[in-house]
Amino acid sequence: MEIKTIITAILLAVGCFFMVVAAIGVVRFPDFFARLHPCGKGDTLGQALVILGLMVYEGFTLVSVKLLIIMLFIFLANPTSAHFIAKAGYVAGVKSVDEELEEECAHASSLACGSSTDKKVSGVDSAS
Amino acid sequence: MSFILTFLLMFAFWMLLSGHFDFILVTLGVISSLLVAYWSHDLIFGKVNFGQGLMRILRLIRYLPWLLWQIVLANFHLVYLTLHPKMPIEPAFLTIKTDFKTDMGVAIFANSITLTPGTVTLEAGRKQFVVHAISKYTAEGLLSGDMEARVKEIEGQ
Amino acid sequence: MSDALIFEIAAIVILLAVFLVLYRTIVGPRLYDRALGANVMGTKTVVLLALIGFIYARPDFLDIALVYALINFIATLAILKYRETWGLD
Repeated sequence: MEIKTIITAILLAVGCFFMVVAAIGVVRFPDFFARLHPCGKGDTLGQALVILGLMVYEGFTLVSVKLLIIMLFIFLANPTSAHFIAKAGYVAGVKSVDEELEEECAHASSLACGSSTDKKVSGVDSAS
Repeated sequence: MSFILTFLLMFAFWMLLSGHFDFILVTLGVISSLLVAYWSHDLIFGKVNFGQGLMRILRLIRYLPWLLWQIVLANFHLVYLTLHPKMPIEPAFLTIKTDFKTDMGVAIFANSITLTPGTVTLEAGRKQFVVHAISKYTAEGLLSGDMEARVKEIEGQ
Repeated sequence: MSDALIFEIAAIVILLAVFLVLYRTIVGPRLYDRALGANVMGTKTVVLLALIGFIYARPDFLDIALVYALINFIATLAILKYRETWGLD
């Protein structure tokens, strides 16, 4: 094991960790605007670390310069596309999940609506 | 002037990506760089002002380490929020009044807001920004105006 | 070889992350959630392509990764612009 390989392994591990956390965040956050945060931040640093690890492994060659170009481009483009998605959702009037469920309940009496109100009632019971 | 600069930049980019020095490949590169420079030479270097542009690039490089540190902090904050079992978020929309003179300042400030802890840009403009903050603690850091002062320092004058 | 093994493990981990985000892309209640998921998947795919290039020791994959990064950015913008104005003018 060379020292170069160890540095590469550490960078790849940390980068993969941040990317997996970003994926979990995108799945787990309850709100559209909250989901933007892992998209804009976690992925940017994660891909930067993974590609930096590949650059360390490769050394100073033309391949390394190509990797640097990819990294810089995603570094600029990822927050921009996150901002674009955010602006599109904001202009179209996307609301948070709770408000939307309440609106659906006011309009229709579906099974999903009933289960959501049940959840709220049980939540109140456990709190009291 | 902007035509020549765009041509040189495009040709350098071609050589970086191809890495071959055959006659046919270099000729193709010259032709395509000339075409790109002819059609879109006013996109990258609009009105060239060398001294100002160079100073801005130098000040931008001085700004980058602080931004990288903020990105690292933002990611640890994100890891804390994501892996916390109860997910302690309290979202809020904020409006920030600003007065930027250049589009470059607006772009840098918008991307910096998205990359720093707990905030995402929703609407960007020279006069005002709309920002989504994921918790009150992170919103206070933005409202103190520290980052705005740093970006204005890059703009200069 | 132990070196290629590192890249293989990293590629498998990122592939699992892509499958996680695929859930949000399929289930996501609105088009904006789906566009967000597709964008995150695209970013992870770029990294995956770069890693595949290193696993098979073929640097040609980096060109594909670069083009994929460009297309991913343009595609997100195009989907949302089409949704907003029902046209691409």
